[in-house]
Amino acid sequence: MGKETGFLDIERKDPGYRAKDERIKDYRAVENMPDEDDIYDQAARCMDCGIPFCHDYGCPLVNIIPEFNDRVYHGDWQGALDILLATSSFPEFTGRVCPAPCEEACVDGINGEPVTIRQIELAIIEKAFEKGLMKPEPPPFYHAQKVAVIGSGPAGLAAALMINRAGYKVTVYDEADKPGGLLRYGIPDFKMEKNVVERRIRLMEQEGIAFEQNVLVGTDISTRYLTMHFDAICLTCGARKPRDLDIPGRNLIGIFFAMDFLTQQNKRISKEMISPSTEISAAGKNVVVIGGGDTGSDCIGTSLRQGAKNVTQLEILPKPPAQRADQTPWPMWPNKLRESHAHKEGGSRRWSVSTKAFLGENGVLKKIRCVELEWSQKDGRMVPQEIKGSEFDIETDMVLLAMGFTGPGNESLVNSFGLETDARGNIKVDESMMTNIQGVFAGGDMARGQSLVVTAIYSGKQAAKGLINYLS
Amino acid sequence: MTRFSMPHPQGLYHPSHEHDNCGVGFTANIDGTRTHEVILNGIEILKNLMHRGAVGGDQSTGDGAGILFQIPDEFFDKVCPPLGITCPEPGSYGVAMVFMPRDNKVKKRCMDLVEKTVVQEGLGFLGWRDVPVNISAISGQALLKRPEVMQFFVHGKTLTGNTFERKLYITRRMIEKAVDTIAITEGCFYISSLSCKTMVYKGLFTAPQLPDFYPDLSDPAMKSAVALVHQRYSTNTFPSWELAQPFRYLAHNGEINTLKGNVNHVKSREAALKSDLFGHDMAKVLPVIREKGSDSSSMDNTLELLVNGGRSIDHAMLMMVPEAWGVKYPMGPDLKGFFEYHSGMMEPWDGPAALAFSNGSLTGALLDRNGLRPARYTITKNGMIVFGSETGVLTIAPEDVLEKGALRPGEIILVDFDKKRVMKNGEVKSNCARKQPYRRWVEENRIALRGFYGDVAPVVPDSENLMKQQKLFGYTREDLDMILGPMASEGQEPVGSMGNDSPHAVLSEQNQLLYNYFRQLFAQVTNPPIDPVREELVMSLMTYIGNPGNILSEIPQNSRLIKLRHPILSNEDLKMLKGLKLQDFRSSVIAMAFPAGGGGKDLEKALLALCEKCETALNNGNRVIILSDRNLPEGMAPIPALLAASAVNKHLVRIGQRTGAGIVIETGEAREVMHIALLLGYGSTAVNPYLAFETVADLSMKDRLPKKKDVTKAIENYIKSLGKGLLKVMSKMGISTLRSYRSAQVFQAVGLSRAVIDAYFTGTSSTIEGIGLEEIAQEANHRYNEAFKVIETQRSILPPGGYYRSRVDGERHLWTSRSISTLQHAVRTNNYDLYRDYAAMINDQSKKQSTLRGLFTFKYGKAIPLEDVEPASEIVKRFVTGAMSFGSISKEAHESIAIAMNRLKGKSNSGEGGEDPVRFIPLPNGDSKSSAIKQIASGRFGVTAEYLVNARELQIKIAQGAKPGEGGQLPGHKVNDEIARVRHSTPGVTLISPPPHHDIYSIEDLAQLIFDLKNVNPTAIVSVKLVAEAGVGTVAAGVAKAHADSVLISGSDGGTGASPISSIKHAGGPWEIGLSETQQTLILNGLRDRIRIQVDGQIKTGRDVIVGALLGAEEFGFATSILVTLGCVMMRKCHKNTCPVGIATQDPRLRELFNGKPEHVVNFLHMIAEEAREILAKLGFSHMDDIIGRSDLLSTDKAIDFWKVKGIDLSRIFYNPWATDPSVARRAIHAQPSDIDHVLDRDLIKRAAKALDSGKKVSMDIPVKNSFRTIGTMLSGEIARRYGDKGLPEDTITCNFTGCAGQSFGAFAARGLTMILEGEANDYLGKGLSGGKIIVKPQDTCTFNPSENIIAGNVLLYGATSGEVYLYGKAGERFAIRNSGALAVVEGVGDHGCEYMTGGRVVVLGETGINFGAGMSGGLAYVYDPGQKFDLRCNLEMVDLEIITDPEEAKDVKAMITRHYTYTKSGKAKDILDNWDKSLPCFVKVFPMEYRKVLGKMIREDIETERQEIQHG
Repeated sequence: MGKETGFLDIERKDPGYRAKDERIKDYRAVENMPDEDDIYDQAARCMDCGIPFCHDYGCPLVNIIPEFNDRVYHGDWQGALDILLATSSFPEFTGRVCPAPCEEACVDGINGEPVTIRQIELAIIEKAFEKGLMKPEPPPFYHAQKVAVIGSGPAGLAAALMINRAGYKVTVYDEADKPGGLLRYGIPDFKMEKNVVERRIRLMEQEGIAFEQNVLVGTDISTRYLTMHFDAICLTCGARKPRDLDIPGRNLIGIFFAMDFLTQQNKRISKEMISPSTEISAAGKNVVVIGGGDTGSDCIGTSLRQGAKNVTQLEILPKPPAQRADQTPWPMWPNKLRESHAHKEGGSRRWSVSTKAFLGENGVLKKIRCVELEWSQKDGRMVPQEIKGSEFDIETDMVLLAMGFTGPGNESLVNSFGLETDARGNIKVDESMMTNIQGVFAGGDMARGQSLVVTAIYSGKQAAKGLINYLS
Repeated sequence: MTRFSMPHPQGLYHPSHEHDNCGVGFTANIDGTRTHEVILNGIEILKNLMHRGAVGGDQSTGDGAGILFQIPDEFFDKVCPPLGITCPEPGSYGVAMVFMPRDNKVKKRCMDLVEKTVVQEGLGFLGWRDVPVNISAISGQALLKRPEVMQFFVHGKTLTGNTFERKLYITRRMIEKAVDTIAITEGCFYISSLSCKTMVYKGLFTAPQLPDFYPDLSDPAMKSAVALVHQRYSTNTFPSWELAQPFRYLAHNGEINTLKGNVNHVKSREAALKSDLFGHDMAKVLPVIREKGSDSSSMDNTLELLVNGGRSIDHAMLMMVPEAWGVKYPMGPDLKGFFEYHSGMMEPWDGPAALAFSNGSLTGALLDRNGLRPARYTITKNGMIVFGSETGVLTIAPEDVLEKGALRPGEIILVDFDKKRVMKNGEVKSNCARKQPYRRWVEENRIALRGFYGDVAPVVPDSENLMKQQKLFGYTREDLDMILGPMASEGQEPVGSMGNDSPHAVLSEQNQLLYNYFRQLFAQVTNPPIDPVREELVMSLMTYIGNPGNILSEIPQNSRLIKLRHPILSNEDLKMLKGLKLQDFRSSVIAMAFPAGGGGKDLEKALLALCEKCETALNNGNRVIILSDRNLPEGMAPIPALLAASAVNKHLVRIGQRTGAGIVIETGEAREVMHIALLLGYGSTAVNPYLAFETVADLSMKDRLPKKKDVTKAIENYIKSLGKGLLKVMSKMGISTLRSYRSAQVFQAVGLSRAVIDAYFTGTSSTIEGIGLEEIAQEANHRYNEAFKVIETQRSILPPGGYYRSRVDGERHLWTSRSISTLQHAVRTNNYDLYRDYAAMINDQSKKQSTLRGLFTFKYGKAIPLEDVEPASEIVKRFVTGAMSFGSISKEAHESIAIAMNRLKGKSNSGEGGEDPVRFIPLPNGDSKSSAIKQIASGRFGVTAEYLVNARELQIKIAQGAKPGEGGQLPGHKVNDEIARVRHSTPGVTLISPPPHHDIYSIEDLAQLIFDLKNVNPTAIVSVKLVAEAGVGTVAAGVAKAHADSVLISGSDGGTGASPISSIKHAGGPWEIGLSETQQTLILNGLRDRIRIQVDGQIKTGRDVIVGALLGAEEFGFATSILVTLGCVMMRKCHKNTCPVGIATQDPRLRELFNGKPEHVVNFLHMIAEEAREILAKLGFSHMDDIIGRSDLLSTDKAIDFWKVKGIDLSRIFYNPWATDPSVARRAIHAQPSDIDHVLDRDLIKRAAKALDSGKKVSMDIPVKNSFRTIGTMLSGEIARRYGDKGLPEDTITCNFTGCAGQSFGAFAARGLTMILEGEANDYLGKGLSGGKIIVKPQDTCTFNPSENIIAGNVLLYGATSGEVYLYGKAGERFAIRNSGALAVVEGVGDHGCEYMTGGRVVVLGETGINFGAGMSGGLAYVYDPGQKFDLRCNLEMVDLEIITDPEEAKDVKAMITRHYTYTKSGKAKDILDNWDKSLPCFVKVFPMEYRKVLGKMIREDIETERQEIQHG
């Protein structure tokens, strides 16, 4: 373990962000890389708990956090990497974008500040790339069977990596120009620059994985083709159907889905083609973001960088307490007010607000009508009630809908395979992650619904595990 | 047919678990004059030792008493002629004393066989005599099982003396074997003695019943020069006439822990026995040891072989029970040579032993190397010697006394009737040592290997294949990080906390090594564990390879042995052995392997082949068998080394070749102490753990050790810590030497099938069956497959282990992040739904088994409405919390628990750290912080009279679940001002709890401590805490007979404190088995009705409570779960003082974070009770009382289909000994009989009424004798109750006693009480002294020099906190042990003086024994040492010796001696005072280093020296 009294003697130290005024001017990563000396100290704060809540409660990937902390503390980067890679497929992604439920479950956090687990993770993997420890690991041999992975988001990549190492030749199909899915197109560069994704894809190619881009399964190639040419298929197409807001005025020009907005910006940065007719820009606009989550926050950061006049974020739920709420005691994922770096960059937030209608002129959005809500307990559940007379309008010429996703979306694929879905519209899988179709597996958001990158990776791995067992 | 021996095994009861301890003594006329007085005196001794014996369940059957004396020729001359028997002249006839079956037909057949055999052996049969008996003297079971007692007489014809005696021995063996052929006589025929020199009258008596039963003994013609007597205290109440003592040659007080090993060793040497004296008769006496005997009878059997084989009885005794003679032990070369010579031939019969022996012409007594039994003697001016477990057993006028003494550890005393002398230790041993040039024989014949056990060469790990090898042998990351790493870097076993909540190996889905199916046994109550650190000089890891051949011979070649310093061979050592070319020592390497993928049959075949290969190798002249799993060919998987080693060992014993061979295990598998211990315990000679060495080297080279060490140092450390660990494992069982530990099999199995046990681990207790060879092979194959797996889908690392720290893919735990967080949420919001979620996580083990109770289901009956069940508020009264001391947990946590339990009317437990007296006063709001249970542990911290009187229950902690058989220590840095105050010690000074209670070395000692406690607080009940292990039921029966009101059976899984992690994992057993065994044994003994049973050990839910009740418990203890409710998150770092939630810490920064509330505990226990109510309702019962002991309501959950569970059979746990008689009490329904109604103190209290009421001075004179025990204690309790610890002003009550005081004189004597004893005292004087003053001096009429004689026994001032003691005479062993505040002056002390002392001052005006000041961390001692030899006898580990330079200090010492003189008129004190200036420089000051540091008297550079902290767990 680290230092016995490390958690008492050493304070938590985050590397922090680049200065606001500076970072707002570009799309480069806003968070500083952890300083090496600090990392040893920060790792020393880990107490190697008898029950590491970070590992078995916090982390969906069950990363063996105390052990890599220990290795880092002792300066054993190779050892730390071995431990980290034993569970985590892409620490360079999660080390940047994971909201780190591990830290919320850290024992140090009961009464103080948790260990900077995410930063340590990131440090390990970046150190590994830097020191050349990250080498392709092709399997010792290939079996005859071949596997197709559909979708190259975090789940697909994780599945592909694992299946390939198990000795099955993998081809990854993806509809976009470049592989990476949400990692590439959903997450803004200021959170994760895309060379990080590219670096990994290159490594995977060197391990023997083939990537086929611009292929929409069910449209560009048939499912029949796939089942004929591959012995097993892993579907990892994500949950891409955005939740819509079906209220008056929805057809007005100026209302966009957040993901379309964010994707376009990512493409713009990596100089991909964008049709001018579909171009969305916040420059000079009064932007309202509906939805208080991470995507919403990404929209704020992107809007500000594009030059929005101002940005307002609306959340239907009440403003959470500044500290962990009683209903979500440690080690649960806390209900508490979170302020992302984007929030600090500008814009304003409002809670307990429901949007009643989009109002516009000449088919163009001008403002939205909102009402304030009062939340109360009823049968153990929180229920909202509109506060009479609290209606108000917000002037706006651009609304971004960031209210989550409701299912896979890719209907042609679902239908052509004849996949069953569950009540929430996700693909139905059994314990081994196999769909109702023999040899077809599904993982990631597609199977479990919208979630975190880290969860998608875990789910992708589960699907890969099921698939490998199926083949062997 | 009525048997007079013990019942057959049934349920969990097994007769092999029985123990006995006792009182022993002899008296003799030194000049050999035969008188009837000697016999009468013997009987008198017996009567005065009666309190050391016990009575059984029926309150009238004694455990056994007997007397051995010389053949009374005059008596037989009188009684034989009328029977038509004419005895020839004395010495040429022999007499047998026989227990006969009462069935006449069977009796007749036995008599015929006896007569026939006598004649066959060439002797003359003279006739039978019915021994007259008075059956009205006995009643109950003793009467029921009474045998006929007969004597027969044998004519020696031409034979006399030793030759005749030998023939009689052979004849007896032949008769025994002949009678054994009549199957129905088993347990019905027994020859107590057959000798031409001595005879034994014994039976199932209490002391006074012996002479009443045998009128013979009162006949004035019964004359003897010696009478050797024994009063037995057995743990059982089964009538066994034959196990009464003395046996033919000896009587034993104590217990032989190494019995199995000793018996095995004797057995394996039988083939080589040869003797000119026996000639062709040799085979007739085989087997030497009669099966089913007790430890003492087995010892007697071996002794008679050696004595009849030509050795003198004293020589033979020294051979069997040698004193310590290791490197550190002060001993001359000749004697060392004697012991070393014999050590190759006979492993020590190890365990506490005071032995009295006699062959009619030589009589003597011997104490084992640890000296844990009292042995006092008095020699009178008129030529009489009295020896006994106590002094004062015969009343002797003071003026007649020539000498009063005591045997020191390892000492012997001998009376030679021919020489008409008493010979003391030195003379006896020198005589023996110089019979042959043993020293030279050893030196000339010992095989010396140059460089053997030399420097360790750095191991170069094969990094390419290391992980593959590690996987092949099941290594985990935990093995590296938590076990090997710390061992290699610290040189000692790592420490962990918070017990065990993981499945037994047989329930685990993780791959398990075979070692994990075994649990270490440990000593509790009937024998004490040893402190291997502080009393290291009695311990030894030395062992031999080689064959001493015939143990009856005395030839130099017997020393032709290779001596192994310890059993861990480095690679170089092994290479050296492999390369030996010497005749008789050539080695053969044999692979331990079976075809990978093979099943149980293949494994069995491989084992068979392995044994055959070993046999062939031996036949080819090899002597060292090296079983190896190194570099196995492809396709071969290693056989678990333990299985291979045990199989080979057993095979070689069977073919009579074991003693000749050394079995060395070269294995990649063994790495932990437990592994090595098992290999040795099942017969291996030495082990080379090569892969562990390689792993350590790899860790060192990769800088992965917690502290940087180079490869050589790391390996040395690792070997060192294995050695230390082995010593600890041995000492836990009370075993001192590896030679006797080897083959002693002190383990129980949990989860191995009967077939495997019988075939490879014969004699090991295994109660629940379990896996067989098939599953063992499967686990081995799994390891093989993991090692040779080609494809890894993720980065390949070793498996996690996950036992000591939880991992998702590792070992399963019941305490998980989810169960903990759910429970905490539930108790904080008092939400029963959340509690249900929590309970389901623990209770539902249908898919994931963790505990034995998880395999149980209830047989639900007709449910009753929930509201008909007694309320939760009643059930919670049965709940107690586990003993967690203030010190191990914070004040805040400790007090919260006490408040909660008092609110519930349950009981909290103070733990062993004392309690702040402020807490005894209730709070204004009605809450109370006073723990209802006050614990008395081996450290006796804070155990004052005041502490004891403020309890509802007094609990004697014999062992604790997490580390049974071990002591503990609170390091100095944790002892802050407050803890020091409460514990009556010095802040900053380390506090060590010894492994044993130094006043409990045996069961009768426990009875004494219970008696002490009942005296000091007559209103409290007394409970005894035991830890579950095979045999615990029998110990509990002994505890019940010692009149404890309650017994706690603690599961080995429990434990909140810090312990060596190997103890947490490997020692003790599950409570389900222990509890059930206890219930069954108590019922079988008819003792259950008078003692309550409490159970604890990871009890977490209402279901656990109900299971406990059904198996027989009335009360239920919670500890870990309580801490969890208070915020514990199972950091398992309690030992590091860094508890992040303020529980297990004294750091004020962390204590502030404590967030628990008494309400949380209250909520939790109410919810537990609620769940219990729900189950009660479903079972159809309204009260807890109705289900206690109803194990018939439990059955095995058939739904569980885990592959390893299939072989488990729980029926023995569910066994009902009461099935045929439902009226038998299954729970306590009445109180124990009271022993304290008529104690002397009742009278003292009456006479001191004025002093007690108004503080008026009183004084009184009282004569006493040794049966007056615990004098002054009840009176002190009375003082403490009224006046607290401050007591009364000095000398308010003065008691003048005359005579010999019994044990525990002045125990817990309170301030204001002065006890002056003219005469002498026994053991435990001033125990727990709480401010009182004790003065002991000889009567004025004495003529001996008091300074040279023993005046008080062993273990004085144990745990004294304040007060004064002045002894005009010497004291025994362990004087002022764990004294923390008393002042004492004494004129000489035995071994281990001032051991573990933490405070107070002791002045010794004479010689000390060895090992003075061991573990002494505080206080001061001044030893008058004009001979300047004290530093040789002092243990310098923790103390500095210096002279007194400070005049103030000199003045203080002088003042103490002056007081001593004033009180005792000591001549020696006067001499010293009269010549003070000359005397002062002769005083050596013993100054503990830590104490010096705390007092600020150490220079800074000295402080900064890094001293190895003496770790003790």
